[in-house]
Amino acid sequence: MADVLASPPKTSPSEAGPRQADPVGVHHEEGPPRRDFLKLAAGSFAAVGVGVVVWPFINSMNPSQDVLALASTEVELGPIAEGQAITAMWRGKPVFVRRRTPQEIQEARAVPLGELRDPATDQSRTKPGKEQWLIVVGVCTHLGCVPLGQKPTDARGDFGGWFCPCHGSHYDTAGRVRRGPAPLNLAVPDYTFTSDTRIRVG
Amino acid sequence: MPEGLHESDVKNPVLRWVDQRLPVISMVQREYGTFPTPRNFNYFWNFGALAMISLAIMIATGVVLSMQYTANTHMAFDSVERIMRDVNYGWLLRYIHANGASMFFIVVYIHIWRNLNYGSYKTPRELLFMIGVVIFILMMATAFMGYVLPWGQMSFWGATVITNLFSAIPVVGQSIVTWLWGGFSVDNPTLNRFFSLHFLLPFVITGVVFLHIAALHITGSNNPLGIEPKGPQDTIPFHPYYTSKDSIGIVVYLLVFALLVFFAPNMLGHADNYIPANPLVTPAHIVPEWYFLPFYAILRAVPNKLGGVVLMGGALVVLFFLPWLDSSPVRSMRFRPIAKWAFLLFTANFFVLMWVGGKPAEAPYILIAQVCTAYYFAYFLVILPFLSKFERPLPLPESISRAVLSHRGGGPLPAGATAKPMEKA
Repeated sequence: MADVLASPPKTSPSEAGPRQADPVGVHHEEGPPRRDFLKLAAGSFAAVGVGVVVWPFINSMNPSQDVLALASTEVELGPIAEGQAITAMWRGKPVFVRRRTPQEIQEARAVPLGELRDPATDQSRTKPGKEQWLIVVGVCTHLGCVPLGQKPTDARGDFGGWFCPCHGSHYDTAGRVRRGPAPLNLAVPDYTFTSDTRIRVG
Repeated sequence: MPEGLHESDVKNPVLRWVDQRLPVISMVQREYGTFPTPRNFNYFWNFGALAMISLAIMIATGVVLSMQYTANTHMAFDSVERIMRDVNYGWLLRYIHANGASMFFIVVYIHIWRNLNYGSYKTPRELLFMIGVVIFILMMATAFMGYVLPWGQMSFWGATVITNLFSAIPVVGQSIVTWLWGGFSVDNPTLNRFFSLHFLLPFVITGVVFLHIAALHITGSNNPLGIEPKGPQDTIPFHPYYTSKDSIGIVVYLLVFALLVFFAPNMLGHADNYIPANPLVTPAHIVPEWYFLPFYAILRAVPNKLGGVVLMGGALVVLFFLPWLDSSPVRSMRFRPIAKWAFLLFTANFFVLMWVGGKPAEAPYILIAQVCTAYYFAYFLVILPFLSKFERPLPLPESISRAVLSHRGGGPLPAGATAKPMEKA
């Protein structure tokens, strides 16, 4: 606002003529006409007003309270044998829970970080002391398909983790992207072990 | 006549009373009756009218289908099956609506092809063309959301993949996707809003179509020669000449439409969409509807998520700049000996993209898609700007009437049948 008021007077056709020809008396003071200030102020208020009115419309399309209330899920880990995986449902999305074999953990840890597109250590993707359990959101980070690899008969891709059939992304045994168009690793959701055989996701 | 009324030529006293107060009859007479139209249209000039008919058919069938459809994830699939089995003529209405989308896109693709081939996008019709591109994009959005409504596997996973395109936007992408979904995945809130928007957008399209036609009636139509009419001898009134020519086109259009609806109603659809949506299982091979395949091929051609999304959007956005990318003053490809071949190749290239978009994302299809994507953009960004400068076009005919009449065996023209250029403004 300050620099608008301080700017040099603009010459408009009405100002070019003699001062007496200005019957409304708007331009009698030195500096920019007051009308500029009024226009700017009115415009700013209108813009704020429109913003205030539009926001409820836009925000009504965000997740509602009942959707947010369903935002956590409990998973029982007891029945899952080593090398087996189950799929749980969380926020309408599949969550992959895999009990990894020592060999799979070994493979995931042996990879140098420099080879990874989205560098993350295996340790950073599991809970300390629970390295057997890999819990990731089963949604490909490319365009949201569900990768294959949960069933023993599924293709698991070239790195023993998951393979997305939509556009050909390969994930390793730590759920990290290794090949294909996906930019990021499979997301690790927020979860806590509520007991040794039970987790709460979300 | 009381003051302030419109001067009306209508004879019938009742209609005249209306026309004096709201001159719609005069307007229709002026814009669709006596409207001077180039005399040399070929059948490619039917496709604007056909697109109008398609829009009308889609709205008519859509309104009655919406009376039977339930936009809820638990009921949507079954409500569509109920339309197919229990609703009187439900099968017919749904098949008309589903195949109508395909017919609409066929018509609009030919309409766009006509535009590109005869240079209709050039001055003074740039804005007319750009409004048309807006309609095309609105159509794509409407068709996409309509395909989600039956809540089959392709509906669900198509919606998931397409909405996820927005997650490629840096920083705010994921928030935008959550906002679009109204949740953390494609679910009931998503289906509800898609139904609402699918109902709304056709009426938005109708509004933009009126702008398209208003702009058309300022500049008048282009024609196969791409030269402006120079006087009355170059034009004929829209009615009865082009109303009858359009009628022939409409009959052929309805014939093809009926063949699809009655003999191959599922040919252009996908069998997986008769499986109810399952958020835990992605079909092995997701493909969009055929009319999106070329753009889907461009998306998959790029091995980078953001890059793919940007190129796919760019394939549409580049059209807005076309009137300035191609600055050659010659409109019709008939008189552009090199650009003509480049455009033919562009046409073939588009079909290859369409084919490759329906194939799995693996070798050799990715490479083919990459080559075709490169040519798609090269045509607009390199070839047309280059040819605008260096191509030597063939001589243009003196006028539309001279070209048309000399076609009929030549011979001397009757005096006054044609005008020399510049003689009449």
